[in-house]
Amino acid sequence: MMAVEKRVARSHPLARQLRGPDKYALADAAQSSVTASLQPRTQTADRVVRSVCPYCAVGCGQLAFVKDGKIVQVEGDPDSPISRGHLCPKGSATRTLAQSPIREYKVKYRRPYGTAWEELDLETAMDMIADRVIATREQTWEAKGEDGKPLNRTLGIASLGGATLDNEENYLMKKLYTALGVVQVENQARI
Amino acid sequence: MELFEPTAASAEVATYGERAQPRKGFFTDTTLCIGCKACEVACKEWNQLPADGYAFTAQSYDNTGELNGTTWRHVAFVEQPQKSRWLMESDVCKHCTHAACLDVCPTGALVRTEFGTVIVQEDVCNGCGYCVPACPFGVIDKRPEDGHVGKCTLCYDRLRDGETPACAKACPTESIQYGDLDDLRRRADERLEKVRADERFTDASLYLRGPDDGIGGAGAFFLLLDRPEVYGLPPDPVDTTRDLGKMWRRAAYAMAAIVGTIALCSVGPRA
Amino acid sequence: MPGLGTSFGRGGATTFQQDLQNSDCILIMGSNMAENHPVGFQWVMEARERGAEIIHVDPRFTRTSAVSTMHVKIRPGSDIAFLGGLINYILENNRWFDEYVRTYTNAPVIVDARFQDTEDLDGVFSGFEPKEDKYDIASWQYDDMAMHGSAGRRMGSAVSGGKQDAHPGEVSQEAQNQLLEHGEPPHVDMTLQHPRCVFQLLKKHYARYTAEMVERVCGTPRAEFLKVADALCRNSGRERTSAIAYAVGWTHHTVGVQYIRAASIVQLLLGNIGRPGGGILALRGHASIQGSTDIPTLYELLPGYLAMPHKENVDLANYIEETTSKAGYWYHTDAYMISLLKAWYGEHAQPENDFCYGYLPRVTGDHSCYPMMMGMLEGNVKGFFCVGENPVVGSANGPLQRRAMANLDWLVVRDFVEIESAAFWYDSVEIETGALQTEKIKTEIFFMPAADHLQKSGSFTNTQRLLQWHHKAVDPEGDCRSELWFYYHLGRKIREKLAGSNDPKNRAVTELTWNYPTEGRLAEPDAHAVLREVNGWGPDGKALDAYTKLKPDGSTACGCWIYCGCFKDEQNQAARRKSRHEQDWVAAEWGWAWPANRRILYNRASADPAGKPWSERKKYVYWDEAKGQWNGPDVPDFEKDKRPDYVPPDEAVGEQAIDGKSPFIMQGDGKGWLFAPDGLVDGPFPAHYEPEESPVNNPLYAQQSNPVREQWPSANNPMHWSDGKPGADAFPYVGTTYRLTEHHTAGGMSRSVPHLSELQPEMFVEVSPALAEERNLENGGWATVITARSAIEARVLVTERVPDYVVDGRPTKVVGLPYHWGVKGVVRGDSVNDLVGISADPNVHIQETKAFTCDIRAGRRPRGPALRDLVNDYRARAHLPLEE
Repeated sequence: MMAVEKRVARSHPLARQLRGPDKYALADAAQSSVTASLQPRTQTADRVVRSVCPYCAVGCGQLAFVKDGKIVQVEGDPDSPISRGHLCPKGSATRTLAQSPIREYKVKYRRPYGTAWEELDLETAMDMIADRVIATREQTWEAKGEDGKPLNRTLGIASLGGATLDNEENYLMKKLYTALGVVQVENQARI
Repeated sequence: MELFEPTAASAEVATYGERAQPRKGFFTDTTLCIGCKACEVACKEWNQLPADGYAFTAQSYDNTGELNGTTWRHVAFVEQPQKSRWLMESDVCKHCTHAACLDVCPTGALVRTEFGTVIVQEDVCNGCGYCVPACPFGVIDKRPEDGHVGKCTLCYDRLRDGETPACAKACPTESIQYGDLDDLRRRADERLEKVRADERFTDASLYLRGPDDGIGGAGAFFLLLDRPEVYGLPPDPVDTTRDLGKMWRRAAYAMAAIVGTIALCSVGPRA
Repeated sequence: MPGLGTSFGRGGATTFQQDLQNSDCILIMGSNMAENHPVGFQWVMEARERGAEIIHVDPRFTRTSAVSTMHVKIRPGSDIAFLGGLINYILENNRWFDEYVRTYTNAPVIVDARFQDTEDLDGVFSGFEPKEDKYDIASWQYDDMAMHGSAGRRMGSAVSGGKQDAHPGEVSQEAQNQLLEHGEPPHVDMTLQHPRCVFQLLKKHYARYTAEMVERVCGTPRAEFLKVADALCRNSGRERTSAIAYAVGWTHHTVGVQYIRAASIVQLLLGNIGRPGGGILALRGHASIQGSTDIPTLYELLPGYLAMPHKENVDLANYIEETTSKAGYWYHTDAYMISLLKAWYGEHAQPENDFCYGYLPRVTGDHSCYPMMMGMLEGNVKGFFCVGENPVVGSANGPLQRRAMANLDWLVVRDFVEIESAAFWYDSVEIETGALQTEKIKTEIFFMPAADHLQKSGSFTNTQRLLQWHHKAVDPEGDCRSELWFYYHLGRKIREKLAGSNDPKNRAVTELTWNYPTEGRLAEPDAHAVLREVNGWGPDGKALDAYTKLKPDGSTACGCWIYCGCFKDEQNQAARRKSRHEQDWVAAEWGWAWPANRRILYNRASADPAGKPWSERKKYVYWDEAKGQWNGPDVPDFEKDKRPDYVPPDEAVGEQAIDGKSPFIMQGDGKGWLFAPDGLVDGPFPAHYEPEESPVNNPLYAQQSNPVREQWPSANNPMHWSDGKPGADAFPYVGTTYRLTEHHTAGGMSRSVPHLSELQPEMFVEVSPALAEERNLENGGWATVITARSAIEARVLVTERVPDYVVDGRPTKVVGLPYHWGVKGVVRGDSVNDLVGISADPNVHIQETKAFTCDIRAGRRPRGPALRDLVNDYRARAHLPLEE
């Protein structure tokens, strides 16, 4: 699949028209060198990676074609027994999803009462979030209920999300939140 | 009438000699279409075409409206409440046997490929737009961003690699079928028989299946449940160059011969 | 999915999409499958092409209807009346699959003499406590199994605290009927004649759900209803099978779980569960929504549907006692739970310290997403992680969601694009009206750009419980990171900051096993290592191959027992990609399905009680006497060598207490439950109740709506009065919401994509020609849709695909609203969820968005404070408190 096809050496269209069988220059004789050397991106890609569609729960197989470290095409995986190589419009739009014109690539920070986004370094943001988790947890910790039975929790922190995430991600989320005593962990499945 | 026999496309393909392939095409079976528009998106993704704009048309679920220079697949939606039907049909360039666009193109930008399909060569097109009114289906159109014309290529680049065109590959219900035109026609005939056996679909027909229509048969043809005009398709398409073609081509041939002589001088050594 | 969980034992689709091709009839209801699951729908088309009848029962004529063999209209919110009508039709016309029903369901079981039906009490069951709006379910038990002193023992049952304490989640399938000994209920009548046997109770309960009643309640012409009933019956039995597919059109109701229960009863009566071409397919809307309930980000669950510890479960022994069943696989809860604790706390988890059980936080009530937002409004919830979710567009009552988030101390939003939930503080209707002012919102916000699925490795679990691995194709750009990266490094930082602390609450964090290998420039955690922990390992440290190997002694570790086997032989089974061309149609070597790689659940039921296929045509899993084992193309959902004539000895426990002809091995009695003595808080049988907001009085009972539904009435969440109450006529139409093929949920993944946005560029409303005439709406023009929550504008699409209804003699019109739009994105528009109030199902706390009342008028909505005036004008007319 990845083998590079030999470029077909092409003579000038007019020469071919005059010499060849395509006297009216409607076919072979009129082909430009660009046309003649066309190769699909699926063929010129460096590698193809097996993936799964990120939209609904049908679970269509996807093939992601990568060239020079960029996704150049995403299409259906014909081997999939579920999707048999097909994709719906959303699945078909996966490359553009990944390369959306409004996709965000930088952390954005809005300070309390702020009126505009500010830039923030990723590492700093991570530290600030960790600090806030620790502080809020400390401030809202419930060790025991009124009856003295253990609660070990905070109702000061909540989380919503998961249905678009990987199982491994949900696992780390649930594990960390539970260890932190965060019980308000919720998910699209409810909504 | 040498240029208008039903096998004109085959004659053009034959110029490829050993590289000539069995004619390829689409059979779009509207009885299987769920109107999802995966074809529209898969086409734009593959061919890297832009969105046309964001306008609500209030025409059922159709907001792209028509085929044009940057929309090469278009799903028509026809609501027929009296019949409790909602017809959907994915339209596309017909890759005509007698392709008027090809006939009128003065630059050689439009060509017949070795697969019998008709494509625009972007690097050759000068944007003259002669082909636009020539098309009996209103398929080919100018692209706003560069003025060149654009239309379905049947994913010519993919075909060269033995791959299925993007729309047909994506189509979840295989309403769009791709293959050797002869096979598709056989398949379509069988399908029509089966569909017509259902009392609700006795009006079903194949559109552009055969060589008897005004374009000598199409590389992309359709199984329709209602008359073509219901879907916005011309009921009786005619190759607009039926009468002009011969004159034009002869003129072009003469011109090519003159220019060619000059060209040969410059490229001679390479050729 | 407790609807499925209580009926069959597991909260997942009973079948897989490809199996739809084997159906002789497919009923699609509560789902618009062709539009929302187009590629899965190819299997429906396969069935159709093979001659199957495809029936779409839906309020609108959709793209699914267009390719079905029959579309039958139904008023939004009336499906239980329809399904109850099917049950009645089956029973009245002797169309049930007798041998299946007698042997595989609890039809013969005699129920407690104290049980009273809705027929006896005009719309409520026995045990209703009106002051507390909850049920005491003691009288719903099997006869002679009254919960002697046991009431309240089982954490999470309705008995222990009513709906506010009901823990089963959308998906919960926790131990059912743990009181059953040896898998045998004490009293049965195999003739099905006893007046208190489940079968007779079922007959009585649905006796008034006639075709005439269906027409009256649902607005479905009775002839069309009868065609559906006949088609299902004709296509069920030994030789034929029918399948049912549903989606959130069923779950988004105040009685949503019972919709699915009603479908379960239909399928059990017709003998369609566990058989090829049969089953109930829950169609889920997100890539890993099944996975996110299996490994839950849900408050009431731990991985593998283990209950989250309740305050009353003070120690591990108590927790295990409360959550263990004597029969079936939930007998081994101790092994599952202790293995989880070993996975989480490693060497710190020892028998003498309860395996660190004491570190786990405890739930005390409903901590689900709506109470959580209420907690924000009240100022109790201070920090919020919003991860791949867009609640200000996607959750009910958008205005309330935004006000809640504006009251947070801090907020973390992780997404690909700047979604509305990140932007509400400067771009929202409330900012426009002045209800919120940017400079007065205290919330500190971190927008963290997320990696997409092509930029990370991991597994999704699809709608058919199938884990499929996706491989990373490219590195994320800029600050984009996976959630795996975010949570791993957040945890790492918190642990570093808490290191050395002796505070037990901090030791719960510092003693957590958190040493995942990382790789590459970005130090991305290795997702394989995480999945391997989910799978678990044995005493030798090797990956386990089955959950049956888990031990309660601390010698095994497993992060999610139902996923045990997904890393069998140290291979990532989810990454298996043997081409469909190289294996049979079941494709058992593509990915890995829980449990134990089974594709059709309860497949023991595909054979008759003696173990023979019901018919050659529907052969699947069967007993091979020569080999002494169950055989077939799928993994048998039964102990492989358990004979069909096996009778458990008296002392048997666990799976050994389930006899050889009981296919529902997760249930305490091994049976499919027509009657649910346990597991649901709002009734053992589904009864039709009107939605919270309805244009009519309940034609079936004096009880208007689900008596134990969840409500949060307040000025921020005013709910309309229903028919007959003053002010009800301010909102004369039925609103319903839905998705379109071209968009995805709240739009973050589709309104950001030009190629999708151009296909459905603007928010629109679908109305019938009659409604358009009544309200002077013009096709292509603008309309404003109003409720007491807000008013939104939309372009008008006049179409006869939205039918008009006559309900209980009264003309009723429907306003159809796709819900994908919001103020950010390539294409923008008003959000439908701004219109929807919050009321919810009491079992699963899912909101009712599929049926509410509203008004519609021509023209665009007012801007700024005038919008609030319009809504307040309606509130006044509707006898509701005004917005401040």
